[in-house]
Order: sequence, then structure tokens, then C-alpha cells
Amino acid sequence: MKYRGKAIVVGDNVNTDEIIPAKYLVTTDPAELGEHCLEGMDPGMPARINEGDILIGGKNFGCGSSREHAPVAIKGKGIPCVIAAGFARIFYRNSINVGLPIFECPDAAKDAEAGDEIEVDPSKGKIENITKGKSYTVQPLPPFIQEIIEAGGLMNYIRRNRWLRATR
Amino acid sequence: MTITEKIIAAHCERDSVRPGEIVQAKVDIALANDITAPLAIEAFSSLGAGEVFDRNKVVLVMDHFTPAKDIKSAQQCKFCRDFARKHGIVNFFDVGEVGIEHVLLPEKGIVLPGDIVIGADSHTCTYGALGAFSTGVGSTDLAAVMATGEIWLRVPETIKFIYKGKLRKWVSGKDLILFTIGRIGVDGATYKAMEFTGEVIAGLPMSGRFTMCNMAIEAGGKNGIVEPDDITEEYVKERAKREYSVYHSDDDAEYSDVMEFDVSDLEPQVAFPSLPSNSRPVSEAGDVPIDQVVIGSCTNGSLDDLRVAAAVLSRKKKAKYVRLIVIPGTQEIYRKAMSEGLFEQMIDAGAVISPPTCGPCLGGHMGILAEGERAVATTNRNFVGRMGHLESEVYLAGPAVAAASAVAGRIASPEEI
Repeated sequence: MKYRGKAIVVGDNVNTDEIIPAKYLVTTDPAELGEHCLEGMDPGMPARINEGDILIGGKNFGCGSSREHAPVAIKGKGIPCVIAAGFARIFYRNSINVGLPIFECPDAAKDAEAGDEIEVDPSKGKIENITKGKSYTVQPLPPFIQEIIEAGGLMNYIRRNRWLRATR
Repeated sequence: MTITEKIIAAHCERDSVRPGEIVQAKVDIALANDITAPLAIEAFSSLGAGEVFDRNKVVLVMDHFTPAKDIKSAQQCKFCRDFARKHGIVNFFDVGEVGIEHVLLPEKGIVLPGDIVIGADSHTCTYGALGAFSTGVGSTDLAAVMATGEIWLRVPETIKFIYKGKLRKWVSGKDLILFTIGRIGVDGATYKAMEFTGEVIAGLPMSGRFTMCNMAIEAGGKNGIVEPDDITEEYVKERAKREYSVYHSDDDAEYSDVMEFDVSDLEPQVAFPSLPSNSRPVSEAGDVPIDQVVIGSCTNGSLDDLRVAAAVLSRKKKAKYVRLIVIPGTQEIYRKAMSEGLFEQMIDAGAVISPPTCGPCLGGHMGILAEGERAVATTNRNFVGRMGHLESEVYLAGPAVAAASAVAGRIASPEEI
């Protein structure tokens, strides 16, 4: 499966308070959280993001609080994947666990400008900036993490691998 | 091996582990709060797992939006409460017995040296001060731990921080960690363990060690850690109700980096908006008028912190138009601060005392900022809009500077007032 969409570009050290401010953490509903996606950065942001847009961040994307509501809000907004120069570790785990595809690629993140047409082919580990006519290779994820993604997230992985005490 | 590597190895029945390896480790304590537990419980329920792996080891703390600030947060707490009741969760803490989770768990002896603690809260790294491996995760990871009692971990590289010299008056663990994050940046320790050592750490009380490990995440760290010593032992012995293991780093342990600081001349620090790494000495703060001071949080809500604040505030008055909000970390700290007369000194100075809650730290309740307002807070994050309006500002400091600033009505050193 490929992802293709217009780039929404944000800077370095985007924290989870910016992705979803704490005042909205009174719900777990993805659609409701999605309505406020990136509102902590700029109140006009949710209105400027269209379904299918690809979010592109700088280094240390998703730093701060452990709130899983952050990747859930991004998914809830209809953003199919995130590309960044680097990810903070809790956000990285959370994204894999909730099934939000993330791609670490400093060069793609550096070159992208708002509105660029971006295509990601996860199976080939390739990102293409169609507007700029450039392509990039993504660092492959460790095999163990690929297994979690292939299973469709951590909960499915646990079920598949009968990792439960009750089923041992 | 480092202390972090030894603890992880012991929890996956291995003689040794190396940085970069992914291992499956047994978990001693699994923690969630009123914001992260609902998502974790939903994920846990989706597994059809039945029981939690151990009802003594799952800890639920209703501390963020409590006493419930609105109907939705009340629903979330009720959801957690119903789950706790159904599963017989032994360590469920609600209004009246609750404290801010990372102050409460060590105080109750729930977390002990040598443990692996996994919490659905980024500041779970606090417990490294006890010589435990503890780190924050999201709700789904926590759900997996609740079901299986295990977690996958990438063994982190360790950066060793050595602090030499003698701390000046009013300089605390908060100043050491703000200074350190200022040096290495908010991603300076991403994915890594931060091991704090040296003569200064050896002389630091537990409260200061908790503060330092608490903010490891603000440098991107996976965990902060301090090797247990007599000070740790003294703290733990009256609280522990089970066996625990003490680990130390080997002399030939491998570190990805070693950083040494002589902190004899270190001044109290202030981190300017909007990153914890924007720290500078208080003498270089300039004239920054403020509207609010918050003293508390999982970073600085200890009895020691309140004692420092009370000493600065004693026989003084807060500046007109400044709100001074004091939040003890736990009920026990509340009680002790009251019996020691600290609250009297603070109330005389014009403070209001809140029940233990995370409250304003994350812009929840109990002191939200309006547009254009500025706060000095002993909390851990000064991100844009963290304590309220997007056009408000948070300046991070230790309790001495926070209290002095309340009196001066601007960012100030305790030496000035």
C-alpha cells in the first residue's frame, strides 16, 4: 500500500501538547481528538489540514508527554503517515502500537515544503517528493518492530503470538 | 555493565545484555493515571485477556484532572474506578488518598531499587532515583503489560553525567537538571539512559535525585538513574514491604558518552519559554514581570521543596496581582507541611494551598493562564500553551526562585529579597 498526499510541514521538537493540548484529553474518541490535531501549535491548523495530507516534521517529533492521544489525533484527522528527521521514543512506540505509519528520513524532511506532493512506498522503503522530483530511502525498521506492524499493532501481535498468560 | 543494563538483564533471565538489543523483560510495577488508563483499559479489554497479570502490580492513580474538573474527566475517573473495583486492583488511588503519582509511589514503597517500572506517563523515569529502571510508554504498551506482565525494550546506551564541586546555597537538583538539559538539548539523550553520578549527587537528598531523574525525559532520555547508596537505603528501609535488589555500575561499564561538570559556581537556573533547554542563570533573567507562581508537581512537590519555599516566603508577602499556588505532592506531604507550620508561613505570604494534583502543570485546572500571562513554575515543561492560553508563558525554576519571584513580582533570586 502506498500513501500519496500534500505535505503539511512543521518544525523541530514538535511536542505532544502541540499535537493535542491537554484540555482535550478528556476523551479517547479518535474523531473528536482529530478535530483538534495540531491545535496547540496554531488554532487555525486543524482547518488547514485535509484528509490524506502527509505530516512532515523535523527532529525529535512527538517529544514530551506520553499521551497516545497524539498519534490517535493524527490518525483521527485522516493523516495517513508521518515523515520526520527523527522521533521521540514514546511517540515512536505509540505510533507503531496504534498503527500510525512513521518514517524516519532527515533528507526528505529537510527538503519538503508545504504543499509538495509526497508519495511513500513502505514496502520498498521509498519516499518520493513528486513536486521536487527527488526520491529518498528510508531506514528499515528492526525486524521485531516490522512484525508488530505486520500484525496490525501490538494488541494483534500479542494475540497472534499467544503471548498472554491465560493462553500459555 | 551499567546499572541500567544489569537491571534489564535480571528481568529477562540473562547474565548480560548489550545496548541496542531488543529484549522481553518482566515488569514489577505497571502504572497509569486518569488520562492514560482509560485508553489502556480499552486496549486491554480488546484482548479479552480476562484478569490483569497481577492485581498487586498494576497501579492506577487518579491525579491529573482530580478532584474531577468537569463531567468528562469525572467519567474517565469513573471508568478507571469501575475497572479497579472489578479487577481488585490493590493500589488504586483516588481523591483523599491520591498524590501526584511519581511522588506517591516511592513514598508508599510501591517502587523499590532494582525494579522495572513501566508507566503510561512520560515522567515515570522519576523512579530511577531509587536505582530502578523506569520509563514512560503509551497506553497500548501499558495495556500489553497489564495483560502479560512483560514488555519489549531496546536496551539503551548510557550517558554518564558526573557532577563535581560543592553546591551553593539555594542550588538544588532542579538547577542541576535544567543546567544539564541546557547543555545537551531537548533531544540530547534521546533513547538513552542518563546516569547521574559524582560527589554532588552523593550529597543530594532523595528529593533532588527524584527531580533530576524526573526530567530525564525532557532531554529525550529513556530513563534517568542514580546508583543506590546510604541515602537511598535510609529512604527505602522504612517504606519497603518486599525484597528488593541493589545494583551498581561496574568500573569497566561502557558508556556512549561521559560528561563532567564542575558545578561549584552554578547559580539557580531558569528555563525560558518554550523549551526546558532554554535555561540560564537567574542573574541573567533580566526584568520579567510575572502573574502567577506554581510550586508543586511531580518534579518539585516534595516536603523538602515546600520547606525551601516556606523559608523564602517566611515573613514576606507575595507581590500584589501575583497568584501564588502551592501544591503538595501527596497527602502525607500535605499533613507534614501542615504540622511543621509551612502552610501558615505560606498562607501568611498570600499563597493558596491546593490538594495534590497535576493540575496547572499540564494546563488541566487549578491555575490556568490567560492570554499574555506569565508564570514561574517548579514544573517540568514550558512548551507553548502548556499552562493555558497559547499566548501565555511558563518559566521553569526550582522552589527557591519560584518563591522569591512571587515576592518580587518578577523573576528573582532568593538572594535579592
